[in-house]
Amino acid sequence: MKYLDEYRNEEMARKIVSEIRRIITRPWVLMEVCGGQTHTIVKYGIDHLLPDKVELVHGPGCPVCVTSLEMIDKAHTIAQRPDVIFCSFGDMLRVPGSEFDLLVLKSRGADVRVVYSPLDCLKIAKANPDKKVVFFAIGFETTAPGNAMVVWQARRQGIKNFSLLVSHVLVPPAMESILKSPLNRVQGFLGPGHVCTVVGYKEYEPIAERYHVPIVVTGFEPMDLLEGILMTIRQLEAGTAVVENQYPRIVKREGNPAAQELVKKVFEVCDRKWRGVGSIPQSGFRLREEFHEHDAESIFAVGKINTQEPSICISGLVLQGVKKPHDCPAFGKQCTPEHPLGATMVSAEGACAAYYAYGRHLQAEKKALHPV
Amino acid sequence: MCLAIPGKLIEMSTNAEGVLMGKANFGGIVKQVCLEYTPEVKIGEYILVHVGFALSKVDEEEAAKTYKLLEEMGQLSELDDPEAEEPTPKSSTA
Repeated sequence: MKYLDEYRNEEMARKIVSEIRRIITRPWVLMEVCGGQTHTIVKYGIDHLLPDKVELVHGPGCPVCVTSLEMIDKAHTIAQRPDVIFCSFGDMLRVPGSEFDLLVLKSRGADVRVVYSPLDCLKIAKANPDKKVVFFAIGFETTAPGNAMVVWQARRQGIKNFSLLVSHVLVPPAMESILKSPLNRVQGFLGPGHVCTVVGYKEYEPIAERYHVPIVVTGFEPMDLLEGILMTIRQLEAGTAVVENQYPRIVKREGNPAAQELVKKVFEVCDRKWRGVGSIPQSGFRLREEFHEHDAESIFAVGKINTQEPSICISGLVLQGVKKPHDCPAFGKQCTPEHPLGATMVSAEGACAAYYAYGRHLQAEKKALHPV
Repeated sequence: MCLAIPGKLIEMSTNAEGVLMGKANFGGIVKQVCLEYTPEVKIGEYILVHVGFALSKVDEEEAAKTYKLLEEMGQLSELDDPEAEEPTPKSSTA
């Protein structure tokens, strides 16, 4: 496919790796922010291609993973109501709440539907005027314009039986929370290319300056990631800390102003609890008061739910780049994609699930049996 | 989750509700796309699509530039890299 295949060229990838090897003089720790980038890195074995001096740790950018257990339990409470059609992206269906997941609820008769786009929900709402159609609106800044548009259109078209259960999260506060932590090891970031498609990268410039950390806005194909890594290491070796854009074919510094404008009309910034991490101030979106008619949390009055995560799980430390998946005693044993114990195993884009899908748990076992 | 893929815009029109919509071809699979955030795009151009919304037009000039830069860098590092798999043969006069 055009604009995809040409960025998967093995020969060129090797050349970028050679260039990284040529310029690197000491060890550096880099974090890719986005779960999609983690997936590409592990799938294509990019971390194994790189010289040992480059360590990649995996960031918190998987919205499915970081959606709090409380919010998932709220979704399950709403989805069980007989008057509700509960719509979600497919990857939320297998995410376990305290008791079950959405697929189990569906098998017990709940009307749970997978949608490709939030716009599909408006069609479902129009076709089912006697039902309340709820969409589980999770995601980072990339997904916010879609969810903003669907609420905007619902109000404009007078579709009153449609609401959002909002659990939106924002990248910059999470990056700052990682950088502020006394456990932080991250020296350079591969910035989230598709988040920046929407918001641009102006708001990353003060972070680079304040924490003296290079941030390279990076795409999602293997060569994008390798070039992003090269650009970050160039900065680290030179002692600079600015925002650079590896992904200019998609990302502009100012982002997409039309999308930003509608997002601002529909959502406002709020504190948000991240699964595995805890509450981060000003790190999420909620619907503005004027859209309360379309806010599932207020319509269904689900209230506060108390939850307990398994104590063995270290997903919070994995999400902050402090630990790797195979540092966890439960990884690949009690905790697998079929029976995930925590945030980073629940979605294909979580670091633990990506390591598991590409056989990294087998390599870890082999190493334990035959230490080098 | 932030997966977004480039597709070629093959159709655009305003629907009955007044929303600017279109169809994009993703390597043979055609999907409906909302174009409200990229009203400037033209049929035949490539757009980046996420959950049914076009978020950006693919900048063909920048795409070509990035690729050229990578190619040139590859040629340079091949000359310099002592660990390259196929080292440049030493000059016979050395």
